[in-house]
Amino acid sequence: MEAPNYIKVDPPEGYLSPGLFATTFDKVVGLARKNSIWPLPFATSCCGIEFMATMGAHYDLGRFGAERLSFSPRQADLLMVMGTIAKKMAPVVQQVYVQMAEPRWVIAVGACAASGGIFDTYSVLQGIDRIVPVDVYVPGCPPRPEQIIDGFMKVQELVGKESLRRRYSKEYKELLESYGIK
Amino acid sequence: MNDNRYTTLNLGPTHPATHGIFQNVLTMDGERIIDTEQTIGYIHRAFEKIAERRPYYQITTLTDRMNYCSSPINNIGWQMAVEKLLGVKTTKRVDYMRIILMELARITDHLICNSVIGVDSGALTGFVYVFQEREKVYEIYELLCGARLTTNVGRIGGFERDFTPEVIKKIYEFLDHLPKVLRQFEKLLLRNRIFMDRTIRVGAISAERATNYGFSGPNLRAAGVDYDVRVTSPYSSYDDFDFTIPIGSQGDTYDRFCVRQEEVWQSLKLIQNALDNLPEGKYFVDVPEFYLPPKEDVYNKMEALIWHFKIVMGEIGAPVGEIYHSVEAANGELGFYLVSDGGRTPYRLHFRRPCFIYYQALPEMIRGGVLSDAILTMSSMNVIAGELDG
Amino acid sequence: MTMDNAFITGKLKTRFTDGILSVEETSDMLTVGIARDVIHEAIRFLKENETLGFTFLTTLCGIHYPDQELQLGVVYHLHRFADNTRIRIKTFMPLDNPVIPTVTDLFSAANWMERETYDFYGIIFEGHPNLKRILNVEYLDYFPMRKEYPLEDPTREDKDNRFFGR
Repeated sequence: MEAPNYIKVDPPEGYLSPGLFATTFDKVVGLARKNSIWPLPFATSCCGIEFMATMGAHYDLGRFGAERLSFSPRQADLLMVMGTIAKKMAPVVQQVYVQMAEPRWVIAVGACAASGGIFDTYSVLQGIDRIVPVDVYVPGCPPRPEQIIDGFMKVQELVGKESLRRRYSKEYKELLESYGIK
Repeated sequence: MNDNRYTTLNLGPTHPATHGIFQNVLTMDGERIIDTEQTIGYIHRAFEKIAERRPYYQITTLTDRMNYCSSPINNIGWQMAVEKLLGVKTTKRVDYMRIILMELARITDHLICNSVIGVDSGALTGFVYVFQEREKVYEIYELLCGARLTTNVGRIGGFERDFTPEVIKKIYEFLDHLPKVLRQFEKLLLRNRIFMDRTIRVGAISAERATNYGFSGPNLRAAGVDYDVRVTSPYSSYDDFDFTIPIGSQGDTYDRFCVRQEEVWQSLKLIQNALDNLPEGKYFVDVPEFYLPPKEDVYNKMEALIWHFKIVMGEIGAPVGEIYHSVEAANGELGFYLVSDGGRTPYRLHFRRPCFIYYQALPEMIRGGVLSDAILTMSSMNVIAGELDG
Repeated sequence: MTMDNAFITGKLKTRFTDGILSVEETSDMLTVGIARDVIHEAIRFLKENETLGFTFLTTLCGIHYPDQELQLGVVYHLHRFADNTRIRIKTFMPLDNPVIPTVTDLFSAANWMERETYDFYGIIFEGHPNLKRILNVEYLDYFPMRKEYPLEDPTREDKDNRFFGR
């Protein structure tokens, strides 16, 4: 008999009995949030085409709950910045990030978004972490769809473990202050 | 223009329908578009300035990222431009291999463009079917050069490795399989009443205006002008082959869709011919200053070791001169104007980017139309932001 | 009918005797250097003359030679579809007066190409309908493609030039 093509994930810690599962609130909310992330694909260049391949049928990001892309920042959870961000585009990225409602995460896909990539020039922003706080960086030029999915899974881990009161915590507020985001 | 009854609508840099980041501020009278103001440069990466700093073979990686949907055409075009400067003539086998790769890349670019026209008019199915075929081409690229999208394929003087039997087998399988998918895609869209109503007479431009605007490629051929760089100034042995160039009549969105679709069929025929008649021979030409010597020689012979060192450290200069070379990229005439002063990097390299030149005609094409027509016109022109800003 | 380089040069020289500053036949196409004051007329002549008829402007770009007396230049590539003839036209101008007439009235394609040349080199095209920066940010206060400016952002402080091989 061949190995099954799925793995069973353990349920979170809690008290299990017939017809009842009791656990803490943040674990349930984390579980629900991490399996239904709505990404905002901010695709600017070549990494955007690899993202289209990731969303396609072959690699299928929809399996992870990210089936519904949201182009409106107000309805999105995860800002996926894919591609080079030039200095002309930087205020736009910040404006889109500010419009996103809490809780929100940012993933920088590709070398250009992470650090400017091969374009060390006067017109390219050397990494989007100069303007928005970034949670996960996916290196590559462009990264393979498997790498993008790996980055997405790391974001899922972060989302599952996130405290529900992160937005009111002192470190988060200081972090946003340092970027000039109110 | 400051009349109170006109509204200003911002089709902003981030928009699901503009595939790429560029901004159009539309002045509208209700649903009709009166005028457009375009802002580009949101992904300006200063390619021309970078090219003045990089040695000749490193510029191939820059050309990848211009039109990233069909990178091999840009790469091979650049290598041909440098070979023109050096005065190097390639063997028939190299030429035919280049034709196969360029036509594969052209197929992938046209597949994206046409399926995205479908997506923008609401037909999402075609996109998903067609993207599977792109994965097959990615597998072929991976066997050849190791990368999926930004391929950096080929070297000045030929290729770094030959087509292995597995590559040839995969290309034959692709040629067998793609026609079925293409016919399925055509059944969905080509004679679909709704699609035709949405695209016929939308975003039309006349042949004379298109020539004045510097159009080239499928957009110009849809307007009725039969200009194709592969036919007027044949390069890389294209004149050994017999293929037709599809021409439209009205220059509207439906014509552009049909021209691209027919070009995919022609490219399939070209690849089949080139692969069936692939001549024997070497897969590279000896250009000692730019082509790395084989590794056995580097380890055993002094001269090869010195050449290897000089090439990798980028100490070789090109001859003094200036050339202009153009290839038929998927969007039009991609030109390289190269001025060399004998140094290790170009003195001036200017890319003639087809997207940049034809996108400025958009206000004329959408004036008087409604917003949904403007979206379809934009996506049928196949604007790739990396090539637009460069 | 096919035209060879001598024919084109002959026609240009008969029409603009002093304006034609140099004629070269490089490996691929005829290169003609034309003085700045007759450049608009010359391009109109090349486009509208029935025998010449170069109706397609392939590209227009700038170039900067700091060692020459006339430092900034504009290079035009024209193309004639009928028999695939191309021609390259170069015009040079001094650094302190980089003004040249526009060709947007002849070729609409030149609109954005001239804006790009202005953006990169600071060459002012007289008569252009909308001459402002197109690719760079509007508040950039220098013309980046000129040879005296570096490639990298001069204000960045994190990358050390010693390790990045500048």
